[in-house]
Amino acid sequence: MVQNQRPVQLFRNMSAKIAAIPMVLTAMVIFVGCSAWTIFHSFTKSKLLPTTKWVGLDQYERLWSQNRWLISIENLAIYGIFSLVFSLLIGFMLAALLDQKIRFENTFRTIFLYPFALSFIVTGLVWQWVLNPEFGIQKIVRDMGFETFTFDPLYNQEIVIYGVLFAGLWQGTGLIMCLMLAGLRGIDEDIWKAARVDGIPMWKTYLLIVIPMMRPVFITTLVIIAAGIVKVYDLVVAQTNGGPGIASEVPAKYVYDYMFRNQNLGQGFAASTMMLLTVLVVLIPWAYLEFGGKKKHV
Amino acid sequence: MKLIKTLLASTAALAFSTSAFATDLEVTHWWTSGGEAAAVAEFAKAFNEGGDKWVDGAIAGSGGVARPIIISRIIGGDPMGATQLNHGRQAEELVEAGLMLDLTDIAEKEGWKDVVNPVRLLNACTLDGKVYCVPVNIHSPQWIWLSHAAYEKAGVPVPANWSEYVASAPKLREAGVVPLAMGQQSWQTQLAFDTLLVAVGGTELFTNILSNKDAAAAGSAEATKVFDAFATARELAQGANVQDWNQATNMVITGKAGGQIMGDWAQGEFQVANQVAGKDYTCLPGLGVNDIIATGGDAFYFPKTDDPEITAAQKRMASSMIRKDVQVAFNLKKGSLPIRGDVDLSAANDCMKKGLKILAAGNVLPDGVNVLSADTAGQIQDLMSEFFNNTNITVADAQSRYVDIIKNAD
Amino acid sequence: MSGRNIMIYGTLFVVSIYYLLPLYVMVITSLKGMPEIRLGNVFALPVEITFEPWVKAWSSACTGLNCDGLSRGFLNSVRILVPSVLISILIASVNGYALANWRFKGADLFFTILIFGAFIPYQVMIYPIVIILRELGLYTKLGGLVMVHTIFGMPILTLLFRNYFTSIPEELFKAARVDGAGFWGIYFKIMLPMSLPIFVVAIILQVTGIWNDFLFGVIYTKPDNYPMTVQLNNIVNSVQGVKEYNVNMAATILTGLVPLIVYFISGKLFVRGIAAGAVKG
Repeated sequence: MVQNQRPVQLFRNMSAKIAAIPMVLTAMVIFVGCSAWTIFHSFTKSKLLPTTKWVGLDQYERLWSQNRWLISIENLAIYGIFSLVFSLLIGFMLAALLDQKIRFENTFRTIFLYPFALSFIVTGLVWQWVLNPEFGIQKIVRDMGFETFTFDPLYNQEIVIYGVLFAGLWQGTGLIMCLMLAGLRGIDEDIWKAARVDGIPMWKTYLLIVIPMMRPVFITTLVIIAAGIVKVYDLVVAQTNGGPGIASEVPAKYVYDYMFRNQNLGQGFAASTMMLLTVLVVLIPWAYLEFGGKKKHV
Repeated sequence: MKLIKTLLASTAALAFSTSAFATDLEVTHWWTSGGEAAAVAEFAKAFNEGGDKWVDGAIAGSGGVARPIIISRIIGGDPMGATQLNHGRQAEELVEAGLMLDLTDIAEKEGWKDVVNPVRLLNACTLDGKVYCVPVNIHSPQWIWLSHAAYEKAGVPVPANWSEYVASAPKLREAGVVPLAMGQQSWQTQLAFDTLLVAVGGTELFTNILSNKDAAAAGSAEATKVFDAFATARELAQGANVQDWNQATNMVITGKAGGQIMGDWAQGEFQVANQVAGKDYTCLPGLGVNDIIATGGDAFYFPKTDDPEITAAQKRMASSMIRKDVQVAFNLKKGSLPIRGDVDLSAANDCMKKGLKILAAGNVLPDGVNVLSADTAGQIQDLMSEFFNNTNITVADAQSRYVDIIKNAD
Repeated sequence: MSGRNIMIYGTLFVVSIYYLLPLYVMVITSLKGMPEIRLGNVFALPVEITFEPWVKAWSSACTGLNCDGLSRGFLNSVRILVPSVLISILIASVNGYALANWRFKGADLFFTILIFGAFIPYQVMIYPIVIILRELGLYTKLGGLVMVHTIFGMPILTLLFRNYFTSIPEELFKAARVDGAGFWGIYFKIMLPMSLPIFVVAIILQVTGIWNDFLFGVIYTKPDNYPMTVQLNNIVNSVQGVKEYNVNMAATILTGLVPLIVYFISGKLFVRGIAAGAVKG
């Protein structure tokens, strides 16, 4: 009996297992394998080509002593927090407005969503153009008579990352709005009716009833937003190229520059290992909640 | 056995001299500005004349974009036929890994050692006595380009050196001209610093810091003077909101800026805009202080393949690039100096002649690219760019970080 | 109109300006001549409309020695797009189906790793993937690029499909099993016909992502196969004398046209699809 069980275990769901082979391969070979490869080489002296010359923690020591890395992290934190908050806020607000049975819903939705069809390269370029002090918004306002008006986020160290944020939100909030709108559409009409009967004000219904019901949407949305934040690279390259100076550098760009401009793979890998670590710290609790919680239902 | 080898070699040589085969070779480079593209067309023409075909694989956006592509293609085992790379330390590892074609046989046959001047350029292509790349031009970064139109507007004579230039800056400002045009990319600020290092600090300081990696020299009082001058440049460049180097050059061409510190490749842009040296613009090597130039430049490498036809075509391309007439045609368009001393450059303009004279007198320095690893150069770029764009960083602060980088240079 | 409506439409209208401004700037800039761009501000309407920049961007803008604008890359982009979209979606949908309906041991673990993969910066993977493709003999081949797009599209797509298939009533699935249908039978006969909305979402996301890709297209193929975005990068980043903003903008719009059209046509289906799938977890 016991001997017979083994093959049954293995061959149960055989088709499903075969179907999952691409996923398993991708997960193990590409994501786990390449990450392991990267982590391993972050302890080596790899320059232009990967080598196995071991140097211990040297690359990490150097990483954390680089002003540019620290600025990159700070920028990512600012960009990340604001991007997360505003994406959710704006996305939800727009979705809620569109959900009021308004006319021209299709038109408005298309307007909010179309930037998502454009690449970050294009987004960066256009916003560089609109924010250019000599041609863009600053010039218009000055031409209207406000001679001292200054609005040059891309040329100002202190606020350049907000200029990038401005463009990033423009590109990405449409998708978030769509996700939120879809979530709202999934809420049962009866809940609204019941809330109205009970005399609960609208904002309270949203906050206390609707949003908690939309938990799955928020999770999908968070994954999409967060993955976008960690990887932000193209936008910065196209819009500011990290400038002025190094004021708008981000970690992904640090990785890229060290790997290819400085030809110091080891340093680039050390930086990306730090990025992976951060992602893990965020993701493990999520995976635990998502799957740990599910099993109880089954 | 030996006989067979010689026989084979001679048939190969025959095939190569008569160009019996027509082969397509893909060439990667990042020369996409107006002057650069015109220059690279000369190479393509020369190669195509032999019956082969130059397949252009230009990638815009400077070496940072092109390099991962080039290296991926080489380690991926399906390399391009030829590729631009700055010679010297950048390609060292690829050569060591045996991924590059050994050009020693044609180099010896054509006597590159005797025609390449200065011979240092060929040495930068040589590893363990074997030649792996073709130097194609000499570029020197240490120039300032001054706009006659801008100085006319300000009503002051065109300066003849750095200190006169700095003195003239307030007048330029009054006339609404930005004294110094400077692009935002970090290599441009680094170039300006290195130029000041030669002009203000002198040759000895330059070689001590960059070639000998002498941290004490980097921390010396002379070096402080260089940083002070760099801080002055930072002030002069306020208001120059451009990204690319040729946009900055364009500010000089149109008289919106007084001057630009940029390598001699800027010349190609003046040429495309039909400007005449000495009449519309003035160029000062070594900022007019120190008549000396560094001899950097570009080179082409040929990744190794198993296909003998491709190898033969690669060698044909290599030798076409170094040919006298091609060198002249290419360098006139590119605004750079030819790598051989035995060509007639009567068609050269004023600025190129200045460069040629300095070269003939032997007042040359090695270029930063040749002596620094990409890693060190990149760190210096970041530091210079940060300093140049952030007025909160003091000279002392920047210098101490500079010393650190030089100390850890490899 | 009630006060409430004025507020709603007012807000939507103001926000619309923020979203439309860049498109407006792109379009009018692309219709201006260079002298006008130098003089005027970006928001002014063109005095004299010219289509020259569009023609130039499409057929004669130069990169190095190739002066045939974006046209060169258009067909390449299509050739990359079609198989990449089809294969990546096919694999991800089967995957999501297996995860949702045929749960097996370790499935959650692999799925978690997959989601984790969505966060890994692409740059890190460039070299190892070059080596993997080389070993498979797919490097610089179209097939290799299709594989790369399939891999990097997998996390989000699998998430979408898994969520969608989970939301399909289980009774349906059980009934089919009782009737003796197997893994593929249920997939093709029951799941596929029911999942049009989520396929629309997946197609839209993939078309956008793959069409806009620059990095993979340039690293894992050869110049003969370079997608349109490579030409766009070249046009935008190679400055010949003066930056030709009008040509840049025209090139930008031309490159973005395919995904834009997809969005304009299928925007409604997109929301419906997401509503059907992504929402339920």
